[in-house]
Amino acid sequence: MDKFRMMFQFLQSNQESFMNGICGIMALASAQMYSAFEFNCPCMPEYNYTYAIGLLIIPPIWFFLLGFVLNNNVSVLAEEWRRPIGERRKDPSILRYMFCSVTQRSLIAPAVWVSVTLMDGKSFLCAFSVSLDIDRFGNYSLLRGLSEVEKMKVLAKIPCKDLFEHQEIRIAASRYVKCISQACGWIFLLMMTFTAFLIRAIRPCFTQAAFLKTKYWSHYVDIERKMFDETCKEHAKSFAKICIQQYFENMSGEMQSFHNQRSSDSDSDEDDEDIRRSDEDKLLGIRAQDDMNKVLWNWHTCKPALALRKNYADVHENEKVNGEANGGFNGFVNGHTQDVKKKEWAVYYSKV
Amino acid sequence: MERLKLVLQYFQSNSESISNGICIILALVSVKLYTSFDFNCPCLPQYNKLYSLGVMIVPPVILFFFGVLINRHAGVMMDEWMRPVGNRSKNPVVVKYLFSAMIQRALLAPMVWILVTLLDGKIFICAFSVSVDPALFSGFPNDTDLNVMTIMSKVPCKEDLIFRNSSFRKAVFRYIRCYSQAVGWSILLLLIILGALARIFKPFLDDNASSMQTRYWSNYLDVEQKLFDETCVLHAREFAHKCVVQFFEEMREDVSVYLPPPFIAGHCFEEWEDAEKEKLHGITRQEQMDELLSKWYYSKPKLDVTWEAQRSRAWVSWRKHRGKVKYSDV
Repeated sequence: MDKFRMMFQFLQSNQESFMNGICGIMALASAQMYSAFEFNCPCMPEYNYTYAIGLLIIPPIWFFLLGFVLNNNVSVLAEEWRRPIGERRKDPSILRYMFCSVTQRSLIAPAVWVSVTLMDGKSFLCAFSVSLDIDRFGNYSLLRGLSEVEKMKVLAKIPCKDLFEHQEIRIAASRYVKCISQACGWIFLLMMTFTAFLIRAIRPCFTQAAFLKTKYWSHYVDIERKMFDETCKEHAKSFAKICIQQYFENMSGEMQSFHNQRSSDSDSDEDDEDIRRSDEDKLLGIRAQDDMNKVLWNWHTCKPALALRKNYADVHENEKVNGEANGGFNGFVNGHTQDVKKKEWAVYYSKV
Repeated sequence: MERLKLVLQYFQSNSESISNGICIILALVSVKLYTSFDFNCPCLPQYNKLYSLGVMIVPPVILFFFGVLINRHAGVMMDEWMRPVGNRSKNPVVVKYLFSAMIQRALLAPMVWILVTLLDGKIFICAFSVSVDPALFSGFPNDTDLNVMTIMSKVPCKEDLIFRNSSFRKAVFRYIRCYSQAVGWSILLLLIILGALARIFKPFLDDNASSMQTRYWSNYLDVEQKLFDETCVLHAREFAHKCVVQFFEEMREDVSVYLPPPFIAGHCFEEWEDAEKEKLHGITRQEQMDELLSKWYYSKPKLDVTWEAQRSRAWVSWRKHRGKVKYSDV
């Protein structure tokens, strides 16, 4: 039971928690980057809007793409999308699920940047200061008698403390615009949270059965890839070991007789035999370069069907059938001592 | 038995205490959010009230939705509510219990936000400075040509020049803040009294036995879902492992027919010991797995594990009475 838990935690922690952790770190990084960044409004009517809106939009796009880059599942998704069908059919719902999950995680850091920018208000002030109506803040004769272009130039200077002399207008205007900007920020957050809530709460009303299926198989695709890499590594190790052993043995005949003399020590010999046998097992029968190349080639061009071998299934079925007579314990018994006891019981039963 | 108890305790404590922990963390996040939020009253008569009410109401709504979103019980409740009946009857009381537990936990962070804003007072001042009668305080700035409403709406803003030399602003500030704090403490007191009354009178109103049943089965649903997910993850791993090994062996069979029958083939099936076969639970094909997952939703199994329990018990009873067959079902 403990091993069960530990293993599960390891699996879970490796895949999902890792991605959640990266997601959280990126969100914090985006907030920190905003506070470290020195917002510098150009205070010129031609450039204010571009600068401010650019700063509101381009870093989120950058964070979104970074999220895709850092997410391992993107390459799994791309592989699954591009692979030839082989013996395994392709399920577009799995691709959609994987894409959705990658996108959701990547959207968090951009959302944090946009909300922090809006709450701070400097960006809106820079962008919209030229469209302000000064009369709203009081009776000021600042803009009387100026042409349109000059009016815009004066208004564009509002975001800059050192360029605009009338502090009370500047403060009143910046309060007003900041208030609007914060309202937009809160509404943006509300929309995002509500959308996420709808997706999370309403989804079980539709397609829950299909969702269980796609969740299982997309996790399977990821795990299978990892297992394949692990098996290849193990194979390469055993291949190398046996290759080197064979090379040494081929090189000198004395090594053979040396081995024979040492065989008197049965324990160490048994250990050697065990190690050698386990290395042979790990080779899984692939013993030549061309075979291995074929394995790797076929893994991409012709993935195997999702059906474990009939022989294994038959063996299991036969045991089940016999097991019914024996009380059906075969699949559910651990260890070998119970096997021995089981056999005894079966013998007794047939006598009866 | 011991291990099973430990595991069950872990699951039980884990589920509820994790939800409580997340709930408290969200409340702390809401306090931090308030302190880091730069409250910016517009100091304009038309916008003050709107802005203040917005800041008092929208963040709690966001925190509420967020609280529901991250609560595990929301998913369990929706699953139980929406599933087809299958082999297992539906109990609406359990769904109601889960719903009320989820709502209670989700309401904590919004309440904390509202209380913090009231105790701090900035929002009340921004919203209600225009409604204060300036005659109550001395030092009203008469020298400007702005009307009363405009002047009163500038009270929340510290930097404004018209209040520079008088204590009028500070006096109004204190007055409104005092009201705001009174409202905040009253709400807190009311909530605590309600909570205490609910706790005290619950055993009189509810049937204790049925509420114990409801608690048990709602916890069961949570644990069952967790275990199902865990089993699926482990199964996927075993499936993947066997699939990969099988693939390697199939390649070998394709490519090299002249190799002597390797002891590997026989070894493989023996190597797949009972423990490993158990992990796959007999599910070895994609169609079987799809059917299993579909059935899990459309037709959840009966809440009856007598067969499984009896099987293990019969085995134990055989061991006790060596000569006699006590297991009569065979």
